[in-house]
Amino acid sequence: MPRLFSSRRLIAAAAIAACAFPMAASAEEVNLYTTREPGLIQPLLESFTQSTGVKVNAIFIKDGLIERVKAEGTNSPADVLMTVDFSGLIDVVDQGITQPIRSEALSSAVPANLRDPNGHWYALSLRARLIYASKDRVKQTSITYEELADPKWKGKVCIRAGNHPYNTALIAAYIAHYGEAKAEAWLKGVKANLARKATGGDREVARDILAGICDVGPANSYYVGLMRGGKGGPEQEKWGAAINPLLATFKDGGTHVNISGAAVAKHSSNKGNAQKLLEYLVTNEVQALYAKVNYEYPVRAGAAVDPIIASFGALKPDPLDIGAIARHRKTAANLVDKVGFNN
Amino acid sequence: MIGFQRATRYASPTADTRGWVVLSYLIALMVLAPVAALIAIAAQGSGDLWPHLIAYVLPTAVRETALLLTGVGVLVIAIGTGTAWLAATCRFPGRVIFDWALLLPLAVPTYIVAFVYLDVMHPLGPIQTALRWLLGLDDPRALSLPDVRSLPGCIVLLGFVLYPYVYLAARALFLMQSAPALEVARTLGASRVATFFRVALPLARPAIVIGTTLALLEALNDIGASEFLGVQTLTVSIYSTWVNRSSLSGAAQIALVMLTAVIALTLAERWARRRQRYAGGARRGHPPSPVELTGLAAAGAFFACALPILIGFLVPAAYLAFEASSRIAAAGLSPHLLIEARNSIAFAAAATAAALVLGTVLAYAVRLDRSGMAATAGRMASLGYAIPGTVLAVGLLTPLAAFDNAVDAAFRQLFGFGTGLIVSGSGAALVLAYVIRFLAISAGGIEAGFAKIPVSLDAAARSLGESAAGTVRRVHLPLLSPAFGAAAILVFVDCMKELPATLLLRPFGFETLATHIYAEAARGSYEDGAVAALLIVLTGLGPVVLLARMSRPLTAIGGRSSGGVQVASAVRSR
Repeated sequence: MPRLFSSRRLIAAAAIAACAFPMAASAEEVNLYTTREPGLIQPLLESFTQSTGVKVNAIFIKDGLIERVKAEGTNSPADVLMTVDFSGLIDVVDQGITQPIRSEALSSAVPANLRDPNGHWYALSLRARLIYASKDRVKQTSITYEELADPKWKGKVCIRAGNHPYNTALIAAYIAHYGEAKAEAWLKGVKANLARKATGGDREVARDILAGICDVGPANSYYVGLMRGGKGGPEQEKWGAAINPLLATFKDGGTHVNISGAAVAKHSSNKGNAQKLLEYLVTNEVQALYAKVNYEYPVRAGAAVDPIIASFGALKPDPLDIGAIARHRKTAANLVDKVGFNN
Repeated sequence: MIGFQRATRYASPTADTRGWVVLSYLIALMVLAPVAALIAIAAQGSGDLWPHLIAYVLPTAVRETALLLTGVGVLVIAIGTGTAWLAATCRFPGRVIFDWALLLPLAVPTYIVAFVYLDVMHPLGPIQTALRWLLGLDDPRALSLPDVRSLPGCIVLLGFVLYPYVYLAARALFLMQSAPALEVARTLGASRVATFFRVALPLARPAIVIGTTLALLEALNDIGASEFLGVQTLTVSIYSTWVNRSSLSGAAQIALVMLTAVIALTLAERWARRRQRYAGGARRGHPPSPVELTGLAAAGAFFACALPILIGFLVPAAYLAFEASSRIAAAGLSPHLLIEARNSIAFAAAATAAALVLGTVLAYAVRLDRSGMAATAGRMASLGYAIPGTVLAVGLLTPLAAFDNAVDAAFRQLFGFGTGLIVSGSGAALVLAYVIRFLAISAGGIEAGFAKIPVSLDAAARSLGESAAGTVRRVHLPLLSPAFGAAAILVFVDCMKELPATLLLRPFGFETLATHIYAEAARGSYEDGAVAALLIVLTGLGPVVLLARMSRPLTAIGGRSSGGVQVASAVRSR
């Protein structure tokens, strides 16, 4: 028996493990809990630290952020809660783990429809749900979401899981436009058109279009930038080159958009720094960084969009109120199950 | 759940037996705490969720789960038992290498195998590209192979990485079983094939059942591969009920129903075997002499053993190595990787140590106690393995944080300063989660090790004045080291691979290799996670090879074997 697992070594290992992580929270710090992928926001956080001297400790908790913050209670180290979409923002507020902040800098930078009227949350960036279309096989240059259910696309649609927040938001918007019954019929139509199982990520829509598995599919705008910008390597550049990113719209509306945003945690012990971080993220300079690094649309009017994103044409966001979409989230999730969208 | 047969053939009630039994119940309580929390969460009610679940979600989820488990079960039994039989009883080219290499897929996490094969099998991936080139086709659409993103795809992938659990158990048993039984069958005219199916296989049933149980629980609790490949299992439904429908109580309810079903199935299997008796392995006949295979038979055996290693290990490892090298060439090595690797290893090691200590207590209590009380505690303490990691993590959050906040409040009151989140903020929570999740493996392995130590040794030690604890320390521990080693390695590798509980319970500002991969995969850039994925596989590799070397009883002394699962040889009697 090798001595690799002698008890002394194991105890030593346990001791190392226990000491390896000093508790957080000294004065010039701010603790960020985020459902956003850390790679996407890291450059922004680094520039915040550089310009303010406040260190950002970030933890990526994709699922269970709310449960964790609630369980931690008054001792929670969380200062800022950042979420990848609006439903996350509405959830953290509903669960009572946020506090309102009043800030001239925030309310002047973020348009009224992209922040909570009571100051609980603020949108930081915007993205559009496009429809990627094959450059080779699809001739049309505009498209509607409604059209995805058109039998002409039979066996030609790729999409990620129907109950992924990106898609539930789109379906909820559909319900807000047309009501539940029509949304169900639409969803059935889209399901009937699927070329493969509804799974994977948005980039795989582009990849599968290049592979000839499908011709069209809904996916977020910034992925085009990430693929074409070369950040995903040469393979992904080819995926990005194979598609025509169409700014899809509702027939009588605009393009479905979603937001990423942030709120200040209820039991934050660094509220000042938390607010400072939020204010920093909506400054002109950082909004431009959002556009440049992440290929997102800035929330601040007048901030520049990346050329790759600008090449799609002018974004005309759907006029629907975010609250209206949020109200239909549950119905949307039900419909996904009901039509067996992912099966 | 696993192991913990009531010790009927042995009795030595002593004053301190009760102490060990009490300890084992304390451990069981620790494991049951998150289950209790889940019950409390479930009891909050989920509104009108169930009619919806019953109408639209559960029929599919139950069907897909049943198909997945059946498929994976058939596959792991066929691969695991077949290769174990070949490696243990035959001689053919490559056998010496296959003998340990067949364990290698243990080092590959299911979520990694899923994304690797999506890439490899994709129309743009190497296999189809090569095929098209061979056939002279240009258009990717001219050739359509079945998509990995499907139930059959998921079954095959899980089967090829989970079969080592069965292989390990069955192989140890085939190596240990007494040759006379097989020789009698042969002299009575049974063919070699008939001997395998009618004598060796029934004799190996308990070991195969245990190995298969481990593999199936892994498959049942898998979220990474199933979700990624679009299979709607119960665990995926639990997850989606929680995350996409924001109904934690609904998710807890489904999880508890699933847990009940697992317990019921385990009990049913135990009941089905109630008439069989298992004698301890202390008494061993001479091992069967290997059969020399030649010609076609040898080639067949070679390919039968090579294929699982190729699919379950070589292809994923080679692909990761290729991706990792091109990532490193393009972007350099992330400075965080070393820290993340250290974190992974440190936490896995701490949890392994704790799981070994607690597993020893459980197993020894079973050995001392003849009332069956300790065996019940042991079974309860093994429940953690049957709970999906993500559910277990949620169940742990509440009691741990409540404990932390209570301690904090008490300190503030008494001493004027707070302690903050001492458990959940420090990483102790993560160690606890690993221990609860994998205690079944260490306890089962150690109990199997205990079963091989003749009871007469205990009696001798005790009659010479040694206490129960002293007997463990000075008699059992030295004899148990192979069982410890095997259990330690399995737990360690499993902790390294664990993802869902790590994601939710890791302390602030702390990343492991697994969470690194996940963060990259969540962005849709799996390739960026290749370096970390390769590191997980490589870190698991060393222990797995060690495990293979240790579980080779023919080259070791006496009863040194076990391989981490109960391998008592079975005697069928009516």
